[in-house]
Amino acid sequence: MTRHSHSHHAHGQRDPRCLEIFARLSEYLDGELDEMDCRLIEEHIQDCAPCVEFLRSLRRSIEAAHTYAAQVEPSQLPPEVESRLKQAWQEALRRRKSA
Amino acid sequence: MATPSPPSAAAAPEVEWARRLLEGDASAFTPFVESIQHRVFQYTWLMCGQREDAEEVAQETLLRVFENFDQLQDPARVRAWVFRIAKNFCLMKRRRSVFAPERELSLDELLPGTEDVARSAQLEDRGELPEQRLLRAELNSVLERALRQLPDTYRSVVLLRDIEGLSTAETAEILDLSQDVVKQRLHRGRLALRKSLAGYLGGNGEVKPK
Ligand SMILES: [Zn+2]
Repeated sequence: MTRHSHSHHAHGQRDPRCLEIFARLSEYLDGELDEMDCRLIEEHIQDCAPCVEFLRSLRRSIEAAHTYAAQVEPSQLPPEVESRLKQAWQEALRRRKSA
Repeated sequence: MATPSPPSAAAAPEVEWARRLLEGDASAFTPFVESIQHRVFQYTWLMCGQREDAEEVAQETLLRVFENFDQLQDPARVRAWVFRIAKNFCLMKRRRSVFAPERELSLDELLPGTEDVARSAQLEDRGELPEQRLLRAELNSVLERALRQLPDTYRSVVLLRDIEGLSTAETAEILDLSQDVVKQRLHRGRLALRKSLAGYLGGNGEVKPK
């Protein structure tokens, strides 16, 4: 994981302004930053194409994660397990009523 | 730039089913059980990697949930409650270091590199044409591999936040972490995922995180 890019844009060259916002991009995308920090990021990315590109690829991979579904499915619950669950639920309801 | 919208935990159907189950509505039983079984199975599957473990954790969690169902005060919190139970069962099952070794991910190693040069817009297509269904299955398996390469501490956070759609606060509660730690791990986990997926999208296959 120590491979470095030399052929790439300024981003790979660790521009300090880019680095500053780099650590907060998830919070930015999640809407968890306050207005001021949010504005700082927006002002920066207005004229920083590498950051815009980066943000886009980050966003795309987060959206991909949202669509993930395991390719393996659990097998159906055995009937005896299902009736145990139902029984536990009904007992809990009785306790709840008498509490 | 619009924010991604994770599947909203507040609108999760489990909340409504739990509310009805508390009122004794038996018609909510099967959908609730099936949904929780799938979610817990998926979480454990990605955390443990053993099918039998994932099946068992899902069943043990369901049993514990119903045994304590009278203690569920607020149905809106049902998913956080369920996952907290599941996480504990999952930890007990854990065979150590099944996938990725435990280690810190530094921001430095997650900076963009050459994998960004080639890029594709494939993931932007949300419609499901036949060839995209194939793409979806392929993406799923690439995602699964990328997720498993994340160290556990990051993987659990990414699973709960981005795959289950739980909030930062709920994730913090489930994993016994501060919200700041959740945010930090989520960000680094996402950056690592982005790096793996960028390699896939670029099709050059050159990104091989250890
Ligand atoms: Zn920048």
